[in-house]
Amino acid sequence: MPQLSIVHALNQGMHRAMEADSKVLLMGEDIGKLGGVFRVTEGLQQSFGDERVIDSPLAESGIVGTAIGLALYGFRPVVEIQFDGFVFPAFDQIVVQLARMRFRSAGALSLPITIRIPYGGGIGSVEHHSESPESYFAATPGLRVVTCSDSHDAYWMIQQSIASDDPVIFLEPKRRYWQKSEVNTNAKLNEISSLHEARVLSEGTDCTIIGYGPTIATCLQAARLAAEDGVSLEVIDLRSLSPLDMPVLIKSANKTGRVVIVHEASRSGGVGAEIATRLSQECFYKLEAPVMRVTGYDVPYPPSRIEDDYLPDAERILDAVEKCMGY
Amino acid sequence: MDQLDSVVQLLDSNGSFANHSQYISTLSDSELFDFYRDMVLVRALDEQATALQRQGELGLWAPLLGQEAAQIGSARAMRKQDFAFSTYREHGVAWCRGVDPVDMLSFWRGTKHQGWDANQYRFYGYQIIIGAHALHATGYAMGAYLSRNTETGDAGKDQAVMAYFGDGAMSEGDVNEAFVFAASYQAPVVFYCQNNQWAISEPTRRQSRVPLAYRAAGFGIPGIRVDGNDVIACYEVTKQALDRARSGGGPTLIEAITYRMGAHTTSDDPTKYQVFSDVELWRDRDPIERLKVYLRAKGVLNNELESEISDEAAALTERMRKGCRELPDPNPLSMFNHVYSESDLNIDEQRREVETILSRSQNN
Ligand SMILES: Cc1ncc(C[n+]2csc(CCOP(=O)(O)OP(=O)(O)O)c2C)c(N)n1
Repeated sequence: MPQLSIVHALNQGMHRAMEADSKVLLMGEDIGKLGGVFRVTEGLQQSFGDERVIDSPLAESGIVGTAIGLALYGFRPVVEIQFDGFVFPAFDQIVVQLARMRFRSAGALSLPITIRIPYGGGIGSVEHHSESPESYFAATPGLRVVTCSDSHDAYWMIQQSIASDDPVIFLEPKRRYWQKSEVNTNAKLNEISSLHEARVLSEGTDCTIIGYGPTIATCLQAARLAAEDGVSLEVIDLRSLSPLDMPVLIKSANKTGRVVIVHEASRSGGVGAEIATRLSQECFYKLEAPVMRVTGYDVPYPPSRIEDDYLPDAERILDAVEKCMGY
Repeated sequence: MDQLDSVVQLLDSNGSFANHSQYISTLSDSELFDFYRDMVLVRALDEQATALQRQGELGLWAPLLGQEAAQIGSARAMRKQDFAFSTYREHGVAWCRGVDPVDMLSFWRGTKHQGWDANQYRFYGYQIIIGAHALHATGYAMGAYLSRNTETGDAGKDQAVMAYFGDGAMSEGDVNEAFVFAASYQAPVVFYCQNNQWAISEPTRRQSRVPLAYRAAGFGIPGIRVDGNDVIACYEVTKQALDRARSGGGPTLIEAITYRMGAHTTSDDPTKYQVFSDVELWRDRDPIERLKVYLRAKGVLNNELESEISDEAAALTERMRKGCRELPDPNPLSMFNHVYSESDLNIDEQRREVETILSRSQNN
């Protein structure tokens, strides 16, 4: 099985999706000749031509809005938003237009659009390049919101997203883009587990850690450190932020009785709040401690010289675990 | 190149000067010398910042290389009471507004989101979101008009507003909405589009089938094309547009035709998309070189004055190197400041969380 970076896995996943379905086309700023500022689409324009890998004008509302029109015509657009902080000019098109089309047309119109967004911080960049906007989308009915944390998922989840008949917000953990891991490229798309399945990455008995995207590496690091102290953490990669795979989370919470949710996005109104509420309803009698959150703070993303103080790290996760264990 | 037809030019790329029928330059020798000095210094500033990024002192830098005349000429046309809204590339404008170069670096080093007080310099912070500030500039101009700070005839009072953005920005909804508002209210704003031929890897023709300035007509705004590498033309065209705005004549769109001689930012690799011959062509149109030829021929510039400016540039870059490394890292707790106008229980609680973490790591 090849070892691929997340960037290469996404690239090859899109390549395969474009081969499989001639209606798949890519659109975005600088994705063609340049291959995207992160090189995720590198070489695809050479392979598929400039009518299937389209450099768009500099206008995000335009990109998503025209993707809607293309989808109405029967295409399956995959659009790139260059950075998380630049998705907001397209907010109306995504939240008000794209998300509702199936519902308002009573199922007559479907918009199989994938919106790829590199997201999250930790790359030492300037303002608006390190945002975690997922909860806006996860709070919007009609959108599927997913994120990968390793190359295998990057490769398969992008193909599943493209194949989905619903709009998918596909969040890419940019700070892990160059992290390499094994990808089973021999599998078949219809044999791969559901796009919306949460995955237990390491089993444990004392406390469940739920993370996604860029925080997974941090959660696994925390689990290794905890193991040295004899504390057994169960790490779950959420993978899908909407819909949530509650059965997997409930099962784990019932087993360990303690849950810590980790995300880079601000705490209030974040994805963690939704999970905590549902777990407290479903696992009330099995929980030994309140569900804890380790998150970015309720402030705009800070200047990069202090971003490490904002981002969840293993130490903060272990603090939360310790608190849980103290109940 | 056909692009340079019908554009206002007073100083050609060989350094010969001729007045334009609608733009008669009244710039004095000493003002021209100052423009030259400004351009040499901001180029040095820019090269120094690029070097600091290479050395790991800055996270990123967006070079202005090649756009010195477009920025210095237009910014020097502003009066003190005017206000400029800009993108991440307008270091030359920042310079003219009096912003300290070390303060410019703080944004790129990641110590601050805004390195200076916008009201003090009447210069907004660097705007990363393409086009967003075109609306802010328009609203600010509406404010000047509604406050009767235009059309008074008082040179020290009448205000106009500059909105700087690039050719790529011309595609964003915000910029086009700004044109609508500005035209509708005849706001005293000058839209100054530096067409440096690129939006990262995309050439201007991806954004527009007609010269960008032609678009203005559809909004009911005068559109003017100017040689963006001719500092005199940039000054005169901008000055006329600002004067008209101040005196109730409404907005203008200026397209300054120039070339991005460097990478989009220090993260970019232009060899992937740029054509070498284009770069060479534009190198011959260098904005600094042509003014140098002109001023030397006029006797305004000589070796002695040149070496004085070089010394000044050396002192400036030395100060930037030192100042950059000495920029204080923010206190992590500062991220909890200024989220709201008043203190907030939730934020205070989160600040205490970080205090605990920090005091523990200090004790370890
Ligand atoms: C809303 C938004 N979309 C995308 C970007 C990413 N981006 C940064 S600069 C740039 C190109 C801008 O081109 P132009 O307006 O011509 O200005 P230039 O950089 O050439 O000065 C892009 C696409 C952004 N900063 N903001």
